[in-house]
Amino acid sequence: MTTSAGRNWRQTLGGWLNRGALPYALIFGVLILGTYQVYESPRSLMAFLILMSTPVLVYYLRVKTWFKVAMLVALAVGVIPVVGVRNIFYLEVVFQICVFAALALGLNIVVGFAGLLDLGYVAFYAVGAYSWAIFGSKQLSILHTVPGAAPASAPFALRPEWFWFFLFAGVALAGLTGLLLGLPVLRLKGDYLAIVTLGFGEVIRVLANNLDKPLNLTNGPQGITPIQRPPLPPAFIMQPVEAWLGALVGHPVTDAEMYNVFFYFMALAVILIVILVARRLDDSKLGRAWTAIREDETAAVAMGIPLVRAKLAAFAAGASFAGCMGVLLAANRTFVSPESFSFLQSIGVLTMVILGGVGSIPGVLVGAAVVVILNIQVLQSLSSYLSQLRQSDAVIPLINFPWKDLSTQLDPAKYQKFLFGIILVVMMIFRPAGIIPAERRKRELAREEPVEDETPAPPDKAKA
Amino acid sequence: MRQFTITPVYRYLLLPLGQMLVFIVGSGVVLSVFIVSMAYLLRSTVTDFDLVQRTLLILPQVLLNGITIGFVYATIALGYTMVYGVLEFINFAHSEVFMVGGVVGVELLSYLEARGLLQDPAGPMPYVWITVAVLFAMVASGALATLIERVAYRPLRGAPRLVPLISAIGVSFFLQDAARFILSVTTGEFNVIIPVFGKFDDFVKIYQPASGAPFQVQIKSLMVIGAAVAMLMGLNYLVNGTKIGKAIRAVAQDRASASLMGINVNFIIGITFLIGGALGGAAGVLYALKFTRLDPFVGFFPGLKAFTAAVLGGIGNLTGALLGGLVLGLLESFGGTYLSIFTNGAFGAEYKDILAFAILILVLIFRPSGLLGKQVGQKA
Repeated sequence: MTTSAGRNWRQTLGGWLNRGALPYALIFGVLILGTYQVYESPRSLMAFLILMSTPVLVYYLRVKTWFKVAMLVALAVGVIPVVGVRNIFYLEVVFQICVFAALALGLNIVVGFAGLLDLGYVAFYAVGAYSWAIFGSKQLSILHTVPGAAPASAPFALRPEWFWFFLFAGVALAGLTGLLLGLPVLRLKGDYLAIVTLGFGEVIRVLANNLDKPLNLTNGPQGITPIQRPPLPPAFIMQPVEAWLGALVGHPVTDAEMYNVFFYFMALAVILIVILVARRLDDSKLGRAWTAIREDETAAVAMGIPLVRAKLAAFAAGASFAGCMGVLLAANRTFVSPESFSFLQSIGVLTMVILGGVGSIPGVLVGAAVVVILNIQVLQSLSSYLSQLRQSDAVIPLINFPWKDLSTQLDPAKYQKFLFGIILVVMMIFRPAGIIPAERRKRELAREEPVEDETPAPPDKAKA
Repeated sequence: MRQFTITPVYRYLLLPLGQMLVFIVGSGVVLSVFIVSMAYLLRSTVTDFDLVQRTLLILPQVLLNGITIGFVYATIALGYTMVYGVLEFINFAHSEVFMVGGVVGVELLSYLEARGLLQDPAGPMPYVWITVAVLFAMVASGALATLIERVAYRPLRGAPRLVPLISAIGVSFFLQDAARFILSVTTGEFNVIIPVFGKFDDFVKIYQPASGAPFQVQIKSLMVIGAAVAMLMGLNYLVNGTKIGKAIRAVAQDRASASLMGINVNFIIGITFLIGGALGGAAGVLYALKFTRLDPFVGFFPGLKAFTAAVLGGIGNLTGALLGGLVLGLLESFGGTYLSIFTNGAFGAEYKDILAFAILILVLIFRPSGLLGKQVGQKA
């Protein structure tokens, strides 16, 4: 809830920063500083945060649109590939942010726009990933062998170019799965729907885990590998491009690195499409119907909104984005296993949506970035810090306990649930609208009156 | 003319016992008949052994397993259904309350074992200690559930429906890793295993057929069933026979009116969480007794199945939770055993988790109010 003091503080800061050419200089300066820092230091969190604050500044500061676009394009197309190839860890982080941002945007359509809580969202992601994993690997040639006993000489079923087809097939397949699941369960309301989708997510995982017999479709818990990658488009293997990039990063570029850049661009393209579609949907007739359903189902039906059709559309739209990302991920990792599609992942994506702001597209992007950075940079660096401490002779102050004797089970990188749990509870209690609330949601949850100075109603009376 | 009154003995002792018996016998008979007729139908597909004979041979054991696990589910399901009754909200963190109860009880037993108190297998002492562990777990879980309600749900009272659910998921995740953290730091290992003591693993022979293996029951299965029955009857008395129970029912029916009648609604909601949590904690120890091993993530599947059981019986309905738990336990036991036999090993016991969800979806589609629930409109 934004108090009036908070708003004043924000206005003051905004007024101070938005004077004259200051915002332009600020954005440009941060971009250059961040680029330099990331270029120089291989795995620094601070450097990465400085670079990532560029889009945040672009969002908040008042500058001309052409400048915003120019800065974002410079960051996404110019800076990130170069510094990413130089320090490949950053490119991995950015790629994961892109993947999860696309997933979170898809989930946002279901949860944020239509108000249907989907706790099994990664099931659709799994459908996409397994569709390419089964057809794009040797799996079809070894259907009748026991997992692990397949001959290494088995041929691939399809040529790698089929990836492009499956990118669309994955969308269709996941959308279809969404429809099929939605048809029976969308009559349910709120929390029942949540539990059923959770169950569906688990069903998909159990199926992936066990469909290695009677026919070896998914190779069971070991997962499918190798999965083919599409051939690099000519633009990526042209001599001048490679030489030019190599000169910029200071070492010759390998094909593997080129693939990372390629997948980064693919993920970026998917995100752009998802954002475009989500924005257009939100303002469409269907989007209005979703909002109406979210606010009051009975009233929506009374107004003539086809309830089941609108809900199905939301389910299918959200699912198809996840399917697309799944195909992309299967090709990028060249490996899928049921482990990647656990309930934890579903909640991770939900956490991004909740943290960023339900129904708010910029919010969801920020939420995805924050959770991924916390997850794979902060927790990981805590882990490595802890393992350094374990190797030293230091003791924990106050209780005089040597770090060496600390259990090796205690690995912060594995404590994602802790993180997600705290984020969810704290956000629900203190800021249910998220970091960047959606405009409509903000009014609804905080009961903001058009008059600026009126005290907002207490949150527990917001909606009965 | 003497006014007809139901005597307390009948109402709080015989009636619930009779209900349980009817439920067990009813669902057991229905499922057995179904399975045996399936076996007759599929008889021709299997050549190397007699399917019907094998089906009948393991039937008593399968039934018993189903009833045992069914009572555990029923005990957990009561926690869901009570909270749903008063708050209309799925307490997602209940599976972790169950887990914490189990872990606390087992850790207490491990401590007692380390002190050398569990060595004597004979006599009544093992039973006393396991009772102490169950009571201890009940206290811990009840306190935890009340604390969760105070911290994570009460501030959200009156918010849109999904808000407390998301908060509950957060609490559930937080508790899983918190338990893992505490166990890792203190013991270096996050699996907890119940110490072996007493004669709980021994078998009691119930029936010796003229030929073939005797039908026998493990003592611990009997203990699980006995403890669950005792708790369910205690709960029945508490809810239907005491003033607190009356207040709980009033709050469940209409919170605003209950408050106008002078009932402290927040206190009653706290009490509901306390009771539900205590039952969950006891179920945790019973679960550990039956399956010997626990870890911080063990609550997820039993919790989800217990929720399914609660929905199956009609959520908000205490008798329904009992029936749902028993039916689900039996179904799972049957599914887990016979699916693999009938499909000749192509689909194994792994699919029993899917079975529970399939049942949940089917129930919600065709009879959303559950087997015993009355048709109620959803409160907004």
